[in-house]
Amino acid sequence: MRYSGFRVIKEALTGHKGWRPTWRDAAPQPDYDFVIIGGGGHGLATAYYLAKQFGQKQIAVLEKGWIGGGNVGRNTTIVRSNYMLDGNEPFYEFSLKLWEGLEQELNYNAMVSQRGILNLYHTDGQRDAFRRRGNAMILNGSDAELLDAEGVRAMYPFLNFENARFPIRGGLLHRRGGTVRHDAVAWGYARGADQHGVDIIQNCEVTGFRIENGKVLGVETSRGYIGAKKVAASVAGSSSRLMALAGMRLPMESHVLQAFVSEGLKPTIPGVITYGAGHFYCSQSDKGGLVFGGDIDGYNSYAQRGNLPVVEDVVESGVSLIPALGRVRLLRSWGGIMDMSMDGSPFIDKTHIEGLYFNGGWCYGGFKATPAAGWCLAHLLSTDRSHETAQAYRLDRFQTGHMIDEKGQGAQPNLH
Amino acid sequence: MLINHPLLGPRDASEFTYLGDASLMNRPDWQAENAVQAFHDYLYLRDNPAGLHRELWFHEQGDRSWLLVTRNTLTHEIVSVEMASETRRSGGAAQ
Ligand SMILES: Cc1cc2nc3c(=O)[nH]c(=O)nc-3n(C[C@H](O)[C@H](O)[C@H](O)COP(=O)(O)OP(=O)(O)OC[C@H]3O[C@@H](n4cnc5c(N)ncnc54)[C@H](O)[C@@H]3O)c2cc1C
Repeated sequence: MRYSGFRVIKEALTGHKGWRPTWRDAAPQPDYDFVIIGGGGHGLATAYYLAKQFGQKQIAVLEKGWIGGGNVGRNTTIVRSNYMLDGNEPFYEFSLKLWEGLEQELNYNAMVSQRGILNLYHTDGQRDAFRRRGNAMILNGSDAELLDAEGVRAMYPFLNFENARFPIRGGLLHRRGGTVRHDAVAWGYARGADQHGVDIIQNCEVTGFRIENGKVLGVETSRGYIGAKKVAASVAGSSSRLMALAGMRLPMESHVLQAFVSEGLKPTIPGVITYGAGHFYCSQSDKGGLVFGGDIDGYNSYAQRGNLPVVEDVVESGVSLIPALGRVRLLRSWGGIMDMSMDGSPFIDKTHIEGLYFNGGWCYGGFKATPAAGWCLAHLLSTDRSHETAQAYRLDRFQTGHMIDEKGQGAQPNLH
Repeated sequence: MLINHPLLGPRDASEFTYLGDASLMNRPDWQAENAVQAFHDYLYLRDNPAGLHRELWFHEQGDRSWLLVTRNTLTHEIVSVEMASETRRSGGAAQ
């Protein structure tokens, strides 16, 4: 069924009796050509592009819970292409271009909103670093504008400009960045994949791999054995747990990241603002809630909930940037498990086991990557070659010395 | 989270900085044949278990000792706390 304005009116006039489930509730077949583990944004996008773009058939997505229940439904929805390093920026620019056409491509309202992202700077050194990053972005086809304090004041007069320790000196504005409705991304890709014949199998946890002579034959699941020619793991924070079942140790730690939403307010913050002095970023959802977050809690965790010191820290940063926030009531907070890699950058690669592929290590930034990660993993699965924008995302890069460390923090995942 | 410091009693986890897996105490032998591989594995690879995890916390805002904490990563429950220096002395390596 195609969605359109006409359809909405027709259904409104006929008692909404014509709507159908957005995707089929498929039962597992004994064999597939491609099995994708993890029904998050990445897994569903991979299945969609594999079927649609690369013309593959016999594809299943296996999800242990319900699709969209992982990080794709827990993030703060920011999409951007404002990285600096060569291994990253072409990939994120590719992703942003896919976001720009996504709703037409999927015939699904994902509420892609290019409302602009402003990264604030507070010192001369930070300004120079932002100028350099902005130039790198422009060289890779993205957009960047360096604003001075007056430029920022014209956009957001309510910020705390006169903070004695961290006065706002200006910001790097990335106009094409913005937000996307996260659940709708999962549902839109699920619907698109389903329409191209992909089986989306929920409540199906992968509990083991069948590997013989260095080649994967299929996966053991809570719904029985499923054979597959190629298997791709795309399970975000559960990556180490899953790949341990195939005998692999990953360059990765799992950490919890919290996010927060306030009560609904009238429109106050039209774009996305990030603080340069504390770790704090904020936007306003279409329902009016301020959506914000900050640092990860900083210790290994699989608990999907964090602790109070980080709540306090994030809120303190927020109030020091936007004093008016002190009057706002917090509605909810939650946590998601991040696959924090050793250099803060992801992996889309083959493993040493034939037929087993891995996508992960997205840290707290994998939502924006959803379309391109899906496309690039589908490219790899289908052609056995890396997509040109994902060639740096190798699992062996720590061995070969080709780390992609945007922040220059070294092998300390809780600092990325 | 409260960390029950063996010398100072229960302290808030925010007084500490977190390093990570206790295997970081077991520095490989730089003269071994396979030193390059061993250092790669030591520095970059982690077990990252869901469940009990032995990990290093530094009491930065306190007595500046290193603690070896056994904690459940699924519940954040802390099972035991040792002085890392004593664990090392009484047999060296952490598991
Ligand atoms: C609080 C928070 C804020 C964030 N903010 C942003 C942001 O603003 N911008 C941004 O770009 N990124 C952000 N991120 C990161 C982003 O959400 C993730 O990097 C991204 O969603 C990960 O990819 P995914 O959607 O495929 O993951 P998920 O949705 O987590 O999908 C993985 C799926 O695998 C399933 N699974 C796990 N193990 C198994 C198994 N054994 N068998 C079967 N299925 C399994 C899980 O149930 C899950 O549904 C944020 C994350 C969090 C938690």
